[in-house]
Amino acid sequence: MSKKFFFAATAAIFALGAAQAKEVEVTHWWTSGGEAAAVAEFAKAFDATGNKWVDGAIAGSGSTARPVMVSRITGGDPMGATQFNHGQQAQELVEAGLMRSLENVASEDGWRDIVHPSSILESCEIDGEIYCVPVNIHSQLWLWLSNDAFEKAGIEVPTDWNAFVESAPALREAGIQPLVIGQQPWQASLVLQNVAAAIAGPEIYARVFNEKDVEAVNGPEMEKAFAALETARELASGSNVQEWNQATTMVINGEAGGQVMGDWAQGEFAVAEKVAGEDYTCLPGLGLADIVSTGGDAFYFPAVDDPEMTAAQEELARVMISPEAQVAFNLKKGSMPVRGDVDLETANDCMRKGLDILANGTVVDGMDQVLSADAGNQLADLMIQFFNQPEMSVDDVKEGLISILEYDS
Amino acid sequence: MAKANGSGRPSRLFRNLNAKIAAIPMILTAMVVFVGFSLWTVVYSFTKSGLLPRRDFIGLTQYERLWSNAKWLISIQNLVIFGACMLIFSFVIGFVLACLLDQKVRFEGVFRTVLLYPFALSFVVTGVVWQWILNPDFGFQSIVRATGWESFTFDPLNNGKIVMLGVVIAALWQGTGFVMVLLLAGLRGVDDEIWKATRIDGVPAWKTYLFVVVPMLRPVFITALVIVTAGIVKVYDLVVAQTNGGPGISSEVPAKYVYDQMFLNQNLGQGFAASTMMLVTVAIIIIPWAYLEFGGRKRG
Repeated sequence: MSKKFFFAATAAIFALGAAQAKEVEVTHWWTSGGEAAAVAEFAKAFDATGNKWVDGAIAGSGSTARPVMVSRITGGDPMGATQFNHGQQAQELVEAGLMRSLENVASEDGWRDIVHPSSILESCEIDGEIYCVPVNIHSQLWLWLSNDAFEKAGIEVPTDWNAFVESAPALREAGIQPLVIGQQPWQASLVLQNVAAAIAGPEIYARVFNEKDVEAVNGPEMEKAFAALETARELASGSNVQEWNQATTMVINGEAGGQVMGDWAQGEFAVAEKVAGEDYTCLPGLGLADIVSTGGDAFYFPAVDDPEMTAAQEELARVMISPEAQVAFNLKKGSMPVRGDVDLETANDCMRKGLDILANGTVVDGMDQVLSADAGNQLADLMIQFFNQPEMSVDDVKEGLISILEYDS
Repeated sequence: MAKANGSGRPSRLFRNLNAKIAAIPMILTAMVVFVGFSLWTVVYSFTKSGLLPRRDFIGLTQYERLWSNAKWLISIQNLVIFGACMLIFSFVIGFVLACLLDQKVRFEGVFRTVLLYPFALSFVVTGVVWQWILNPDFGFQSIVRATGWESFTFDPLNNGKIVMLGVVIAALWQGTGFVMVLLLAGLRGVDDEIWKATRIDGVPAWKTYLFVVVPMLRPVFITALVIVTAGIVKVYDLVVAQTNGGPGISSEVPAKYVYDQMFLNQNLGQGFAASTMMLVTVAIIIIPWAYLEFGGRKRG
């Protein structure tokens, strides 16, 4: 009798404990210094709700982490929540019913009203239901310039792409690499994204990448963009680094004039204690147009049967989109918040520029949002080929782009 | 071998019954895993499977895309370069080293250990080590330049045209010792009488090695060949650790293509098509060889 009672009592205590502090394992690939500090903000905010954040960081970039995440979910060992880039990476998992809908939370809390720009939430929407929480926005449309390099070459820091191109011979003369592009394929496709958005314009960009309109690829605006791509190849010839941050380091040290990279490059400048405007210059949309793109990260929640876990997942989703967590997280991460109603007071110059454009300027969708992983990687392979092979013509790129878009649509 | 004597002759099926029962799990594993899953893969290579397998048949589209894909073509080309270099150099160097060690040198145990040691390291470690050695700013090139030869340039990992050379060097460093040890074991098995006989006939040692010993070592060579070739076809971890396919996509290999398609591009169909092609290629090489080797005569 007493044994039975003892057992029941222990069971009750354990059950109580579980109800109070549900452990939720969250997998993500944020492992660099700034990133880990940012994600710790989420953990802190979630732990404050009485639940427990179990950190499941997977070292390596997204391309290392995503296969692990996907195989855990498809293999029947789902985590509580997991990072993906919003867009199409998790679409099939959703379609297969492996991810849970957050529609009840989203409509209750009015996510559709608070998330700005709205396209970022639309990327989470499949068949009218919301499946993910967007947590940040990273614009990929930036040109980073080294003020040092231009000083050494004895010319003024350019204010847009055209001036940058004109300054290239002077840079070369001073022994400075005008444009640096790392050898990772995705870096080359960033250049295409930039010229398409800034030179061909946001409408054409949307027709090409969102609607996969072949006519637009053949149009005169893209012609200009392709020409700029060829110029970029000339400016980048001789650059011999692999990783994006090595390329950024060259810009920081004044060994290279500029780099086309997303706003995460800012973290490198910050670590090197460089000041925006003094040591380096950031030009959104190649300095030609006030545009930002909206790639970024989002959290998805695998479908589970455990009602306590479901409740904890909802709690976590609410925490992530809450104004306090948004501010704390994005300041550390160096990205922009997904809601327009919070203010990042301590944001630096470059981030201010980005936030202003986000509020008033033109916003285009990031590649991850509109292209499948397959198309995105193929495009990256195509672009790195183009940059490495001087004999490859822009017509080859055009042809390749068309066949990739056709397969993807 | 079999104990077929005793009272009455049991039917063929029940001979060695215990051994046959014991083999059933392995037979099942082989049938299900090797045959069953391979067939499944081939079937699904004709579908438009994305992240998850889907029975949405699209004929040969995946194969058309595969063979018009620059990355795949580069992969195949790299595999041929890598395979040819590996086979030639690991056997030539391995055999020469084995012959040298066979001269009853002093400290043979030390040499053998030193030469075989890299084989104890995984390809990942090998790749990372050689990535640093071949790094132009810290490794080999900078050391040579520090000695005063300022214009010396050897940076295969940063030059797409010769990047496979860097990979081959690392693979040879890792794998040659193993070939050497296998061949050395074979050499030790060669009867002393043969050596005496050739010495009496006045045949120089190198000729004896080349024309007498090598043909005698045929089984050892074939064992080493099968192991090295299997390693070549599935080379993946070395490339991932050393270059990750770079610079650009110039050191891609088929096994990496398959993985990338299946898990990064979320395009299972394309990955299956590529792995089917790898299977077909291996089969084209193995089947005629196995037929020649085992087909004609029955053993036992």
